[in-house]
Amino acid sequence: MSSAAAKKNRPKYLNLQALLFEIRLPLPARISILHRISGALLFVAMVWLLWMLDRSLTSEAAFEAIRRYAGLLPVKLALLVLIWAYCHHFCAGIRHLFLDLHKGVDLASARASSWAVFAASLALTAWLGAKLW
Amino acid sequence: MVSRVVTGARYGMRDWLVQRVTAVIMSVYTVIVLVVLLGGVPISYAVWKDLFTQGWMRVATLLFAASLAWHLWVGVRNILMDYVKPDGLRLTLQVMTLLTIAAYLGWTIQILWR
Repeated sequence: MSSAAAKKNRPKYLNLQALLFEIRLPLPARISILHRISGALLFVAMVWLLWMLDRSLTSEAAFEAIRRYAGLLPVKLALLVLIWAYCHHFCAGIRHLFLDLHKGVDLASARASSWAVFAASLALTAWLGAKLW
Repeated sequence: MVSRVVTGARYGMRDWLVQRVTAVIMSVYTVIVLVVLLGGVPISYAVWKDLFTQGWMRVATLLFAASLAWHLWVGVRNILMDYVKPDGLRLTLQVMTLLTIAAYLGWTIQILWR
């Protein structure tokens, strides 16, 4: 396999540093890169979440231990970040499905639905976070 | 003559479709679990354990986990293909991703049927 061939005719700005720091991204692009970041975060965090699920189903004592553990402030904050990641990924994904069906592809509706994704995912995070606290 | 390069991708629409179908399956599961968990019953160990012992919940969670595994593979692989340019490193990371996903899935099955 050859790197030169793989690079041929590829888009120019598939470059993390450029995406995050050099280009001023329009709103739908922010939704898009956050979709990736939240997805990657959830992939990495899965091991932790599975560990908690595993422990919580082992015994009554382990369940209570996990409940106390989940009550610690740093753990709660980390869980809140993951809840946001899930909600954002969920809402951005639903927006994506509509785009696939050619709904809302013009600029004005793409911007409006991007705002809606931000608003909905933050509202869901706040709601679920309140349940967690 | 089509020149194809080992990027890790399939050429065609299968993965595109897989990503969407698995997403819909996981969305349905998410809504069901939220309704069950926020349905008013305080979650004690007995309630929690009983939930994951029920046949429908085990099967639904397995379907979620299988969908998630496939979804993760398509998604993480896309990220690796876009940002990791050296072929050897990309292949290594892709193999590690697959092994991690397989481990997640195996662990989930172990948790469900214990």
